[in-house]
Amino acid sequence: MADDMTLRGWLLAEVPRSKWQARSQRFYIGWLEFRRNPVAVIGLIIILGLVGVAALAPWITASDGLEPDLVNRLQAPSAEHWFGTDQLGRDIFDRIIWGSRITLYIVSLVAIIVVPIGLVIGVIAGYLGGLVDSILMRVTDIFLAFPRLILAMAFVAVLGPGLENAVLAIALTTWSPFARIARAEALTVRNSEFILAAQVQGVSTAGILTRHVAPLCLSSVIVRLTLDMAGIILTAAGLGFLGLGAQPPTPEWGAMISLGRQYLIDQWWVPTVPGIAILVVSLGFNLLGDGLRDVFDPKSGG
Amino acid sequence: MDQASSSKAAGPGPALPSKLVKISGVLVSLTLTFLGLTAITFVISRVMPVDPVLAIVGDRASNEVYQQVYLQLGLDKPIYIQYLRYLGQLAEGDLGTSIMTAQPVIEDIKRFFPATLELATIATLLGIFIGVPMGVFAAVHQGRWPDHIVRVVALLGYSAPIFWLGLVALLVFYAKLGWVAGPGRLDVFYDGIIEPVSGILMLDAALARDWDIFYNALSHLILPASILGTFALAYIARMTRSFMLDQLSQEYILTARVKGIPESQVIWRHAFRNVLVQLITIIGLTYASLLEGSVLTETVFSWPGIGQYITNSLFNNDMNAVLGGTIVVGACFVGINMLSDLLYRLVDPRIR
Repeated sequence: MADDMTLRGWLLAEVPRSKWQARSQRFYIGWLEFRRNPVAVIGLIIILGLVGVAALAPWITASDGLEPDLVNRLQAPSAEHWFGTDQLGRDIFDRIIWGSRITLYIVSLVAIIVVPIGLVIGVIAGYLGGLVDSILMRVTDIFLAFPRLILAMAFVAVLGPGLENAVLAIALTTWSPFARIARAEALTVRNSEFILAAQVQGVSTAGILTRHVAPLCLSSVIVRLTLDMAGIILTAAGLGFLGLGAQPPTPEWGAMISLGRQYLIDQWWVPTVPGIAILVVSLGFNLLGDGLRDVFDPKSGG
Repeated sequence: MDQASSSKAAGPGPALPSKLVKISGVLVSLTLTFLGLTAITFVISRVMPVDPVLAIVGDRASNEVYQQVYLQLGLDKPIYIQYLRYLGQLAEGDLGTSIMTAQPVIEDIKRFFPATLELATIATLLGIFIGVPMGVFAAVHQGRWPDHIVRVVALLGYSAPIFWLGLVALLVFYAKLGWVAGPGRLDVFYDGIIEPVSGILMLDAALARDWDIFYNALSHLILPASILGTFALAYIARMTRSFMLDQLSQEYILTARVKGIPESQVIWRHAFRNVLVQLITIIGLTYASLLEGSVLTETVFSWPGIGQYITNSLFNNDMNAVLGGTIVVGACFVGINMLSDLLYRLVDPRIR
């Protein structure tokens, strides 16, 4: 009983006294599991680092990364310019730091668009079943079978190059796996007793879907989202590299590689450093996603 | 396998129809997916802020000419008729004319596609021949350092931006070390010597017994193919590992070991055979995604394939070429995916 006084005791109590305590407990136990996986913790540290760097950008950079300084162009890495300077004399370190905001902006925007679409379609299809399910899943399958980058390129061709359009194009080609996952989860809970109870109590279908079914799908969707983040970052960087994403002088990492390409042989740091940044961040999301999957679904570890 | 065939001989009745049902199921979804793909490209071509009539007749055409072409293109018809017409044109292989090359898009694609095919095929082969043994090796040594190394390599291959990897490889192996030839498919002075038969340079050179060109083509190909293959390798190794782990934990493996069968036989003859079936799908998926993924690699290595064709057309507002390329790559992607799905259904005895 004395254990109850400590936070740890409260979090591990055998019988939770409130909804809030039960939720915190589930979270804490998941965290204990997660913590045992060193690889996943490294992933989490990388992503937290990314968020931290993006938030603190004004304080850790000396410039805004946009202003040309032609006297100092193409300088090698030094104490003053850690990663050297680019073709316009801008500090590459500063541009990488500011670019982290763009990366975060891209992934959050894609997530904000894709998760609700996937959830709505998947939950409706799984819960209602029948013809609605068939039609919705056909459409999902069609999108699932499409080549992602090519289709994104075709969309950008219509919408015009630019960061927001690239995000939209990526979102259009990314939502389908989420619908599939949400549907699978909805199917498993559809016939459970608490849903029946809600139905008997006269809760509307929309109410059941939003209050009871959708929340249960969320954890699988979030795991998949984390695993997909790396793909989203790589696609966005690829579009940027092709000149279809963020436009100069925006310090988007893919576009930075593209612009630095011609200096590859003599000033190697100009195109290589942004690539390392992309690699680290996408690696971070992959590690984190792997770890989360192990926590939520230990069977499919691989 | 023996059991399956004998049971079929005993009762040929139900086996065949269910197989037919499965095949027709795949065909239906193939058709629907393809219709979806064309619907999207159709919508894109209609939404484009380019007047298709003006693109043909030019600014200075008279109103009558404009009207005539307008009717000719069927733009007065309802949208679904226009879509059906579009499908009809596609069925005839008519993808329109490219503004950039002033040739039918389908002819352009025939010229550019073999280069992509060559690149993606070699990359996939590299992925298979390195990735599969890596995956098996990791699974056998689960939890020990070979396993960790394979996992890290696979994750890195997964996470690296392919265009950046290509640039770094060019810097190291071409510019600094000089081990391989640079961008492009051939050195300039070899260009146009051999008659294109298949369009696949190494094959054509071998057919013509011109080994200088063969080696030059190989030297150009090896770097982009390895870079593109990195992704294939990562994916295949990872999946092989997890499939193998699945099999190795089964009871029949324990039985085999207890019987005193040598470990190498347990791994390759017993466990790996069952993995093989699952790998078909994975390899199909990889191949399809490489056909698509070569866009970025081609850009980095100035590889004159379909990806570069689409990208260049995009920058010249050559929509017929962009959409034609999208349809062809999309169709290959969808087709290969479905084919591997079908193969899997036909080969796996449990599904049969």
